[in-house]
Amino acid sequence: MVSILPLKLTDATAHMRGKKLVGPVSLTLAPTGFTMVIGPNGAGKTTLLRLMHGLQRCTGGEVVWAVPATQARDRQGFVFQSPIMMRRKVADSLAYPLRLRGMGKAAALEKVAQCAGNFGLSELLESWAPMLSGGEKQKLSLARALITEPEILFLDEPCANLDGRATREIESILRQVQARGTRLVMSTHNMGQAKRLADDVIFMLGGKVHEHAESEGFFEASSTPEAKAFINGDIVE
Amino acid sequence: MSDYSDGFWAAWKLIITLDPDLYEIIFLSLQVTISAVIIASIIGLPMGAWLAVNRFKFRRYAIAVLNALMGLPPVVVGLFVYMALSRAGPLGGFGLLFSPAAMIIAQVIIITPLIASISHQTIRDLWAEYHDLLISMNATRTQRIKALLWDGKRALLTATLAGFGRAIGEVGAIMIVGGNIEHATRVLTTAIALETGKGNFAFAMGLGLVLIVLAVMINLLIHIVGKTERASTW
Repeated sequence: MVSILPLKLTDATAHMRGKKLVGPVSLTLAPTGFTMVIGPNGAGKTTLLRLMHGLQRCTGGEVVWAVPATQARDRQGFVFQSPIMMRRKVADSLAYPLRLRGMGKAAALEKVAQCAGNFGLSELLESWAPMLSGGEKQKLSLARALITEPEILFLDEPCANLDGRATREIESILRQVQARGTRLVMSTHNMGQAKRLADDVIFMLGGKVHEHAESEGFFEASSTPEAKAFINGDIVE
Repeated sequence: MSDYSDGFWAAWKLIITLDPDLYEIIFLSLQVTISAVIIASIIGLPMGAWLAVNRFKFRRYAIAVLNALMGLPPVVVGLFVYMALSRAGPLGGFGLLFSPAAMIIAQVIIITPLIASISHQTIRDLWAEYHDLLISMNATRTQRIKALLWDGKRALLTATLAGFGRAIGEVGAIMIVGGNIEHATRVLTTAIALETGKGNFAFAMGLGLVLIVLAVMINLLIHIVGKTERASTW
């Protein structure tokens, strides 16, 4: 099967009710790696991820996958900052994306049982999804996004509302996912997390890509004073 | 006061003696109302979901019209259905006038906008919650509507019960298209109207009590079977 990557953004711009949210942004996401999107609140991190995934309409420029966009959509996943819980049992929530793709109920539930173990959800399969704890909900979101084995996974601050233990569990899962060859693109406010996980970093400021560099180079010798200030924890606007 | 106590005892006597006329009226009432609610739900629930999920040019006007139709006067509906089903009308050939089928048709017309409108409001809220997830999963429009109807099923019971409540208590339209014919189209509401007209208040009161108890019991039963309060978060 032909890969949907690389993903190429050329002067991609997004507006909402006449106000520019992001852009113009031009960058290329290579077929492998872990890209971390960082920046202050309102910098456009979430909008950039949504633009790439197709949740946000491109009002200028273009977002081009290696295959037609209609084929690319089925091979992506997205994890939202606030987990969206379907009003179903955990098992049925996990089976839903598989059922959407035409898999039979028995086969889907069999795959759910296999997958749940990797995310520590085996004991919760019969639980009502909206009743889970914050960490469990985010693990369910992650499992639901990954159960279809997407080629690329977008994560919008998945650990924003989690404690240290839950964050460590999510990070551990993400490392395994990356090791299996899934391309990861994630936004975060946590510099430590970005350092631990990222292969490359996109620093967003004012709706634009201010800096895009290899992780090591970015954190040790970023090329712009704004990025240096942000890494040091100073207020950047 | 004696009318009330007489009515209560008359109702009780009719129920415990398994009065065949009373039970015939009850069963016909339930048959007509439940049939109408099922048909109206099959039409109204997906219609409400479709309106919540789709964006089109005159959507706001369509919703406004739907909401306005909730207040459709039953007597006027009865009149139109009567004209349509009467021998000279476009559907006269089916011979449905003064039959339970005609009563079901009238009730479906009356309660479909109610069910569609309430389900639209319910599904609209759920769609706001699910929007990004279902778009992200690349669900088709039909798949989105199915997911919203399935996941909102408990809340949608309210829409169905509102339809049931309106239908079981309806009298104007079914009196016109059913004719209140004994052993054929006489239901609880039309029987109450007839008995009141005859001055037979005790029997009318008895039928009224049966109607109230029936409506409450059906609602309770649906809530219990549907486990509507099972998943509360507080």
